[in-house]
Amino acid sequence: MRNAFAAELTKLGDEDPRVVMLSGDIGNRLFDKFKARHPARFFNCGVAEANMMGVAAGMAINGLRPVAYTITPFVTTRCLEQIRTDVCYHEAPVTIVAVGAGLAYSGLGPTHHACEDIAFLRAIPNMVVICPGDALEVRAALRAAMAQDAPVYIRMGKKGEPVIHAGPLEDFAIGRAITVREGSDVCLLSTGNMLPEAIEAAQRLSDTGISARVVSFHTVKPLDETCLAEAFGRFALVATIEEHSLIGGFGAAVAEWLIDHGTGADKLVRFGTPDAFFKKSGEQEFARETLGLTGVQIAARMAEALARKGTR
Amino acid sequence: MTVALRASPSADFAALRTQAARLRGRIIEMSHAAQAAHLASSLSCADILTVAYWHVLKVDPRQPDDPLRDRFILSKGHAAAALYAVLAMKGFFPVEELDTFCQDGGRLAEHPPANLLPGVEAATGSLGHGLPLGLGMALSARIKGEPVRVFALLSDGENNEGSVWEAAMFGAAQRLENVCVVVDYNKWQATARSNETLMLAPLREKWAAFGWDAHEIDGHDVAALATAMDNVPNGSGKPVALIAHTVKGKGVSFMEDDNNWHYRAPTADEVVRAHKELGLS
Repeated sequence: MRNAFAAELTKLGDEDPRVVMLSGDIGNRLFDKFKARHPARFFNCGVAEANMMGVAAGMAINGLRPVAYTITPFVTTRCLEQIRTDVCYHEAPVTIVAVGAGLAYSGLGPTHHACEDIAFLRAIPNMVVICPGDALEVRAALRAAMAQDAPVYIRMGKKGEPVIHAGPLEDFAIGRAITVREGSDVCLLSTGNMLPEAIEAAQRLSDTGISARVVSFHTVKPLDETCLAEAFGRFALVATIEEHSLIGGFGAAVAEWLIDHGTGADKLVRFGTPDAFFKKSGEQEFARETLGLTGVQIAARMAEALARKGTR
Repeated sequence: MTVALRASPSADFAALRTQAARLRGRIIEMSHAAQAAHLASSLSCADILTVAYWHVLKVDPRQPDDPLRDRFILSKGHAAAALYAVLAMKGFFPVEELDTFCQDGGRLAEHPPANLLPGVEAATGSLGHGLPLGLGMALSARIKGEPVRVFALLSDGENNEGSVWEAAMFGAAQRLENVCVVVDYNKWQATARSNETLMLAPLREKWAAFGWDAHEIDGHDVAALATAMDNVPNGSGKPVALIAHTVKGKGVSFMEDDNNWHYRAPTADEVVRAHKELGLS
């Protein structure tokens, strides 16, 4: 995802002289092309994220389109007040791009895990929260974010994620979820880098005769209410799948929406990380397995839930 | 390297002093009417704001969004009363609106708001935000080739914030010579002496060590302030830090250096006495 981000950013930089890149001393070679083409519009702001976010806001207030980028906890939690006060309160069009969402940096330990950022950022007025499901969604989301005159948070995975979509997403729109696979029994709403696990879950369910729709629900704020209304109206079960805490994340947002807008709360099954730091060493796949977030585990839990529902 | 200051040309310092006294009078009236806190902090920076708005800044109240205007950021947002009074007296909005300071439904909140009031460049109130915002504005001007200067007024207590020092290092690394920090060094913060809270001294040397062209000046000497602020940029290739020695509550004998006036508002009788001392009645 991060390579797609750097490539799309370079293109945007070519097209729009207002595009400015700020990095918190990461992405060693990642932005070489952007730097070579636009040396006056690249800033390594150092390991000083509060200043980086304030600088980005000052630039945006004065008409530029800055992108502020570093590892997820440092570009969110570390400078949350700057995001709230300098960016969102001023309605400054800063695009905040985070790399290593959820447990993508599992091996680096909880300092580098990001399972609370959606909760923090979606609570801030004026903030849009986008969690792209693959590299093509990253490109489309960045382009859409930069076209907005408002703050946007883009929460990426890391690198090497499978590309899910067949080609460029010409009709990508912030706040409009993308159906990746049709189904009729259960609906799997995936946000961010859990999309491949959701597709794997659908495949496993299909093997047992359960038909699952898979939706890449890339925008957590604002929610695609049309998609939600349709899903909760039509399916026996609707799952939210995210690599983020069950507290305050995508599933929590959907639960809030359900309480405010309709019936069907008994149809909601939430997959996410528990209210605990993941302290064991190990890579992302191990962390997901331990926390019950692999496609196989999601399929098994959905099949059980559907069976329970059938016996009522 | 410290660059010698050139004398400021053609400033009418007597007029600036009169203007500063009028500003203080207005701030005291506002504090009384609203029973609002932060009066002493507003008085300590009154001369700095006077010199900035009546002598240094290239700003036009008829074109508050002119992209080529100089930027002034009141990073010590709790001195909002002083900023509002200055902006109204300069014509950014009607002087009568000052009567709505801290009143329900008005635009003049206890800290400057975002995107609401002409002349307010940035919402402030949470300390340590103004300088990074100002650096971003200065960089955007550099990218766009605009001859803009950025001034940020910080309180001494604000220098407690780590973000100030992140910004200090970044501004120096970027050689943002069009940026000037003025520290309103009144030796107090909200509840204690600043140097007994977190050790600021030696403050000029700290800013200099962070790569700024740093000077100590008398923050109530309008001639010194005008000269120093006129010298931005000064050809050193460095951003400028002015450590302005001030007195909290300056201008009113019974408020000077008494930190109770960080939160206290004056009575009607005290307003009369203060005005008399300021030569306004």
